[in-house]
Amino acid sequence: MTINTLAKGVWHREQMSCFRKMEKVIVAMQDPDMGMKMRNQRLLITVIPHAMTGRDIIEWLIQKYIMSEEEAVHLGGLLVRYGYIYPLKEPRSLLLRLDESAYRFQTPYFWISTRWPASELDYAIYLAKKNIRKQGELMEYEKVSDESYELCSSDSAEIFRASKQRRKSDRIVLECQEQAYWLINRPPVGSLYSLYTLLCRLLYHLIFKRALGRNRVKSSICLESFVKHSEQYQNHDPIMQGCLPSNPWISDDTSHWTMNTDKVATPTRLRVERWSFSFMELLKDSMGKKEFMTYLEKEFSAENLCFWQACEDLRHGESSRIIEKVEEVYKQFLAPGAARWVNIDSKTMDKTLEGIRHPHRFVMDDAQMHIYFLMKKDSYPRYLKSDLYKNMLAKAIVPQETKKSVFPFMRRQRHSSPSPAQAVTQATEEDGQAKKAEQAGTNSAATS
Amino acid sequence: MCDQTFMAITFGPCDNCSTTSPLMNIYIKNEPTNYCSFCVEMMACQGLLKGETLASLKNESESLKKKLEEERAKLHDVELHQVAEKIEVVSALSIKTRRVLKGHGNKVLCMDWCKDKRRLVSSSQDGKVIVWDGFTLNKEHAVPMPCTWVMACAYAPSGCAIACGGLDNKCSVYPLSLDKNENLAAKKKSVAMHTNYLSGCTFTNSDMQILTSSGDGTCALWDVESGQLLQSFHGHTADVLSLDLAPSETGNTFVSGGCDKKANVWDMRSGQNVQSFETHESDINCVKYYPSGDAFASASDDATCRLYDLRADREVAVYQKDSIIFGVSSLDFSLSGRLLFGGYNDYTINIWDVLKGNRVSMLFGHENRVSTVKVSPDGTSVCSASWDNTLRIWA
Repeated sequence: MTINTLAKGVWHREQMSCFRKMEKVIVAMQDPDMGMKMRNQRLLITVIPHAMTGRDIIEWLIQKYIMSEEEAVHLGGLLVRYGYIYPLKEPRSLLLRLDESAYRFQTPYFWISTRWPASELDYAIYLAKKNIRKQGELMEYEKVSDESYELCSSDSAEIFRASKQRRKSDRIVLECQEQAYWLINRPPVGSLYSLYTLLCRLLYHLIFKRALGRNRVKSSICLESFVKHSEQYQNHDPIMQGCLPSNPWISDDTSHWTMNTDKVATPTRLRVERWSFSFMELLKDSMGKKEFMTYLEKEFSAENLCFWQACEDLRHGESSRIIEKVEEVYKQFLAPGAARWVNIDSKTMDKTLEGIRHPHRFVMDDAQMHIYFLMKKDSYPRYLKSDLYKNMLAKAIVPQETKKSVFPFMRRQRHSSPSPAQAVTQATEEDGQAKKAEQAGTNSAATS
Repeated sequence: MCDQTFMAITFGPCDNCSTTSPLMNIYIKNEPTNYCSFCVEMMACQGLLKGETLASLKNESESLKKKLEEERAKLHDVELHQVAEKIEVVSALSIKTRRVLKGHGNKVLCMDWCKDKRRLVSSSQDGKVIVWDGFTLNKEHAVPMPCTWVMACAYAPSGCAIACGGLDNKCSVYPLSLDKNENLAAKKKSVAMHTNYLSGCTFTNSDMQILTSSGDGTCALWDVESGQLLQSFHGHTADVLSLDLAPSETGNTFVSGGCDKKANVWDMRSGQNVQSFETHESDINCVKYYPSGDAFASASDDATCRLYDLRADREVAVYQKDSIIFGVSSLDFSLSGRLLFGGYNDYTINIWDVLKGNRVSMLFGHENRVSTVKVSPDGTSVCSASWDNTLRIWA
């Protein structure tokens, strides 16, 4: 579903349900008992049967749907705009006039829902016919590509000859019907259309060629990884397995959240276990990252993590500070004799140094990737086997599950928490003041 | 077709004739180039003169498409539900409404969770954007937008700002101030500018960049501070309704879904369309990555949700039932990725077992269409926003 405005003269896409609803109205209007009263209309010297005026249409709509005149004018106007009713006198204008000008119902053959989409070739045939009839008097907007025109000239001559057989009134009606139809459905004008299709083709072919050349993995391997992922994380999924001590939303007890904050003294067991699932999980948790940093410092390779962090900062930071940050990173990590020099292979180092001459957001990407995978393949597995991690896992707490209270209808008081926005403004104040504000916050929450 | 303006994205010297003018970024023989509109038209005319017609272009595209389907099918040796036979069935879920957030005056169109796991922001057709503490039901901030139909809203990762937009064709960022007397609307910062309505927005890994999707058929990446367009993504041939960032290590891709029934995966750095999937039968309303980042699911007006694997490069599961007639407006995965929550236009939320493919449960409660469904960051609850003017938190 979307709300979109239709660009002038070009369809975006089908809106079939709307058309079906409009058709229901049209069919009701043509009902022999409850429908509209039609009469014969004079068009110069020809009499056109089954026609009505704009005023008739409005009055019928008001009566049938019990709506205001304004709404009836609006609805009637839509029926004309989408081609279900067309004007006899001035076919070029798709407006509902409230004077004596005559209108007629469009034949279902030409309804949008039955004729979508209109091809350029059909349009060319129509124009060629008109050209023959009017002897070269085509409107400015009635253009089509030259080749389409040539293709159809023979067809249109045939059709024109056949139509001469019909009665004049029928012919006029058919011409008006067709003209009204094409006014709405004409394909986009010549050169711009081919320009667009050419660009589309270039893009599509590129996407297809790239897709054909892609290395794909067998389904059995891919799908197996989903099973593995779900099994690994099942115990961590509160909706499936519940969470300890209790789900705050169910019990109104926020212990689960307070036990898992960034600065808690002892983490929970599940949390520490999760660091072993993947390197990304470890880095995503700020406590995990801090632990890992401590480990790297022991191994004298902490500059790797610092470099990675600085590159993340560069990639996701403000555009205005890119140059400044690149310089900082270079001075600290890449320059010969730098304080925290990182060990990157020479090829990547050369490429990065070259890139630094014209600094941009992604200039450190290759180096960052290199260091990331170095940590992932080397330091991370060793950290998981280290005493530091094992001790953390051993002392991690497993909260007691809160038994459901005997009187479930007594609701606990719901405490508010300091807003994250508050945390930032306090960080800029001095520590003493910050602590005072925090205390005041919890005090007021207890009384709420 | 979309506005012509979407084609010109940069301004500078043309690669062909060197005149400075608005440039169109196109690929010629797999090389990206920037041509001014005159040179592009010249090239187009030459292209057609070589005996190509509109019909032959169409045929070529069709045959390439068929070839791609054949290649994809070659490596498909097993179905997902077959692989999932050995795992246990999901035990009965007892999920109920735990909170009802009332306060919007009209349809709630979008919501987003804050990283603190309890706060959320929601936007509505009445033009108001409200920041709630979901746990206490307190409304912490209310921002009046200048337009109605605020179709997209997002919470910044730091929790200090929100972004929202809709019919105003813009995405604006509001820093959240704690001073109750301060007028939040005055601090507004317009970041994104599109030529049609804004359908989705999200912050990337920091508060400094926003990714947006729009009814003009494009997605775009913006720098918040300067409002500068960093990258734009062209390829959809109709409105783009949804996008989602990949939770990957390198953090470089995102997926978008649109009214052209396509789901496209993009590289944020180069702006290229990396992968494309077209198996839905109607508009795609929502796309979401699987927690591991190796797959994503899409929700569509054709009443199905589908799972696409990025490494196998194909659709691997369809979640549908004969009794489900109405389209899906939104979906999200539970933390482990085993459950898929889908918000439907028949006022319900259906919960699917992602691996076995069957429906596990249904959630009733809303009195009108469900517009957005999102699982909280720690997976403890699901929040749904609806056209009945309320939001519900389920757990």
